[in-house]
Amino acid sequence: MSSIQRDLSLTGQPPASINSVQKVSTAIVVGGLIILLLALFNINLPNKALWLTLSLVSIFGGILLFSYGAYADKQEGIKNDGVWFKSISSRGFLAWVAGLALTGFYVVLYFKADLLGLSAEGENTGLIALFDPLSKILSGNPASQWFVYGTLYTIAILGFGIKFLWKYRHNRYERLRTISVMFFQTAFAFLIPEFMARLNSDEFSLPYYDIKNVWPLNYYNFEQYRVDDFISAGDIGLALLLFGIASIFVITPILTYKYGKRWYCSWVCGCGGLAETAGDSFRHLSDKSEFAWKVERWVVHSVLVFVVVMTTAVISTYLGYDPDKYWLTKDIFLIGVGVFLTLLFAAIWIFKKEELQKDARYGAIGYLVIVLTLIGIHYTSGSTLFLIPAETLRTTYGFLIGSIFSGVIGTGFYPIFGNRVWCRFGCPMAAILGLQQRLFSKFRITTNGGQCISCGNCSSYCEMGIDVRAYAQKGENIVRASCVGCGICSAVCPRGVLKLENAATDNRINSREVLLGNDVDLMDYLNQN
Amino acid sequence: MEHVVIVGNGIAGVTAARHIRKNSDKKITLISAESEHFFSRTALMYVYMGHMRWKDLKPYEDKFWAKNQIDLLQAYVEKINPQEQILHLADGQKLKYDTLILATGSIPAKYGWEGQDLKGVQGLVSKQDLELLEHNAPNNEVCPKAVIIGGGLIGVELAEMLHTRKIDVTLLVREKGFWSGVLPDAEAQLISEHILSHGIDLRHEEELDKIIDNGTGNVQAIVTKKGEEIPCNLVGITTGVKPKIDFLKDSGIETDKGILVNRLLETNVKNVYAIGDCARQREAIGLRKPIEAVWYTGRMMGETVAQTICGTPFEYNPGNWFNSAKFFDIEYQTYGWVFSTKNKKDYEQHFHWKHPDNTKCITIAFHKESLQFLGINTFGIRMRHEVLDRWLNEHKSVEYVLQHLSQANFDPEFYKKYESHIQATYNASKQIA
Repeated sequence: MSSIQRDLSLTGQPPASINSVQKVSTAIVVGGLIILLLALFNINLPNKALWLTLSLVSIFGGILLFSYGAYADKQEGIKNDGVWFKSISSRGFLAWVAGLALTGFYVVLYFKADLLGLSAEGENTGLIALFDPLSKILSGNPASQWFVYGTLYTIAILGFGIKFLWKYRHNRYERLRTISVMFFQTAFAFLIPEFMARLNSDEFSLPYYDIKNVWPLNYYNFEQYRVDDFISAGDIGLALLLFGIASIFVITPILTYKYGKRWYCSWVCGCGGLAETAGDSFRHLSDKSEFAWKVERWVVHSVLVFVVVMTTAVISTYLGYDPDKYWLTKDIFLIGVGVFLTLLFAAIWIFKKEELQKDARYGAIGYLVIVLTLIGIHYTSGSTLFLIPAETLRTTYGFLIGSIFSGVIGTGFYPIFGNRVWCRFGCPMAAILGLQQRLFSKFRITTNGGQCISCGNCSSYCEMGIDVRAYAQKGENIVRASCVGCGICSAVCPRGVLKLENAATDNRINSREVLLGNDVDLMDYLNQN
Repeated sequence: MEHVVIVGNGIAGVTAARHIRKNSDKKITLISAESEHFFSRTALMYVYMGHMRWKDLKPYEDKFWAKNQIDLLQAYVEKINPQEQILHLADGQKLKYDTLILATGSIPAKYGWEGQDLKGVQGLVSKQDLELLEHNAPNNEVCPKAVIIGGGLIGVELAEMLHTRKIDVTLLVREKGFWSGVLPDAEAQLISEHILSHGIDLRHEEELDKIIDNGTGNVQAIVTKKGEEIPCNLVGITTGVKPKIDFLKDSGIETDKGILVNRLLETNVKNVYAIGDCARQREAIGLRKPIEAVWYTGRMMGETVAQTICGTPFEYNPGNWFNSAKFFDIEYQTYGWVFSTKNKKDYEQHFHWKHPDNTKCITIAFHKESLQFLGINTFGIRMRHEVLDRWLNEHKSVEYVLQHLSQANFDPEFYKKYESHIQATYNASKQIA
């Protein structure tokens, strides 16, 4: 059949090229990156502070100039012209080059930091040494690979955040949301932990803590060395530890009930922040098929189970057996976890069973049985913990999920799989928030009566791979666990069909057999049957 | 088993097929010559502009049809023999039906201009039109200049499409303001200004006289009725659409401009129905036109005819009129009836509000004497279908609507609200009156 393929324009030259301002600005960014590369290859740059400044200013300024070239002469409105024609945003050559470069960077960052110049003893060299001056200003300490990463990450969110603000300058929801992620990244993820490090002394030491990072996203938060640090750091430490616990058990449920998971995923979270700014150009690459949705549900909830088991195991290793020494013993903790999970499961089963699909029911029962069995085995046998040693679980999780999934695949493959691969398939925090959003929240995307024309812009630009159109064209509201509330579906809709809102939980889904606009009697007749 | 054959896989035919499947086990065959699978016609523009790929236009995954036992047949129906209940296909095959639904849609209306069949002259309705446009106007080197004839919704879409490839566009419209046969003058003017602001050479009160051949069968220029010659490589004909019914000649199925149907969407021939763009109501329903070439009406006719065919006869009895569109960056929605300045009813009065930045405005139509709310047009402000539909059904007054306008707002969160400004404008206008 002669159906035209995705690139309709084999004969033509559609608007894929960039203008001269964008070419100059790209050169400036590349210049800034070359400085970093020179440092990486241990070229001795005499005045490190100056070269670092020059590099970072070039990268940041270049991004801003690029945005100016892209949007300055355009009117307010949707700017997706040529998205599927440009090599970088249509899985073309540039996309693969960028993907491989990012992936390579992540591999080195996570597993071969010494190649970047990290030195456990003595002075840093190479790229990391280049960042020493900035690190010393902020925390007083020499830089680490994480400081280099954090600095570049923050610059990416700020630079591309400004680009995004410009692109969506007509949309106040997008503007506020983007300013929010830019703020949380700069203040909470980047600056505050560095300043906190200044408070540390020989007697007083707080662990590195980005307090907007909630367990299980920071799966390491309750590991022994951190908990010891928190407790030994007196009231402040204890307050931070309690805040960490309250974040997931109190603050998160309240905010998610009121606003949906978007309060975190697209307003606060650093992973979300990068995805929404630097990753914005790749949002349409997410897979919209039903098959991908099925894979997503199994994978992301498996990661959640994994992190629960792993954290339970890790915490129980450092708890004692003797209730006289400390009330929270290993047994009490394990029984507590078991009881909590059982109660949670029972509550969902009793109140929300109707809303669970068949595979969700099987999955929930299966996973509960597995977790309780593991706890039971430990409790009765008392020796081998969860069959696999906790330390093995922890390192496996850190390697597979913390490094490979969230970094190498999640961010490295932005230009190939889209910008929310990690958030959609891997993030256990997103899984928890998603369960709640689906079952117990006021948030939904409302479909505007019968106005949908099935054009597909909403589905195309959904970074979470939700087939928004499938709901909108039925007049059904969109209530999906994975929706991060970025608001782009609503923005790109040419007919004003979609609106993100928080409202009463009754009739949240509102599916109609026949759409608004048709015969009232016909609608009644069919919706009653 | 009863065999339902549907000719045309647009929104009307597909909706009928889906609803028949929901209600019955009938054998369903969906025929289209245009495309293997259903796609969103209204989104053709986004493929040319690079916002979406062809496959993104398909609202259902390809496996949907087999899963729901809707047989797809890519073929062209040449002739219908209603006596024998047989369709003659272009490849010589014949197809027997028990029930036939005609949902063949529209083709561009051309008005017998000299040169209208030259290469480079085209409309924008079908998938083939999109492919042809990609051939005729791939970039501004092959096609530096285009002239579009006709100022409707497809005209402005085509202008926007060509503009993304930096092709110089002249847009000729017959009226004084863009789409002013439908829009009140103030709105038509706002849209005209917006189109001009995007660098489109929009010319009012201009009509096509003829298209000139360059000697090789291609377009060289057009000549306007005022005698001006405009050289161009592409002529977009967007002077409306007409039902595709030529294949029904001599079939015995009664047509005039469209396929004539009663309220049950039945043609004069038993077991033959017509829905969507190609159907023409024998008597217009309310203030509606007898032929409604709109996505939503096609869908509603599909929903309705499916019930009738499945044994619960329902008349086509659409609720309140609504529609929407987008003109470059300005979204438009309408609910109820707001007629153009020219076509305004005797009893119809308009209240108009415009934002100083010229990208947002509303017009509320109401009854001069009773003050009953008749309809609303909004530009740059989204409205809630459900609320306005309810107000229309409940015959609310214009004052009630203005007082409660914020309940009908559907703009994204944190957007600036204009209700108080709109109310103040209304109150001021009342004092003057």
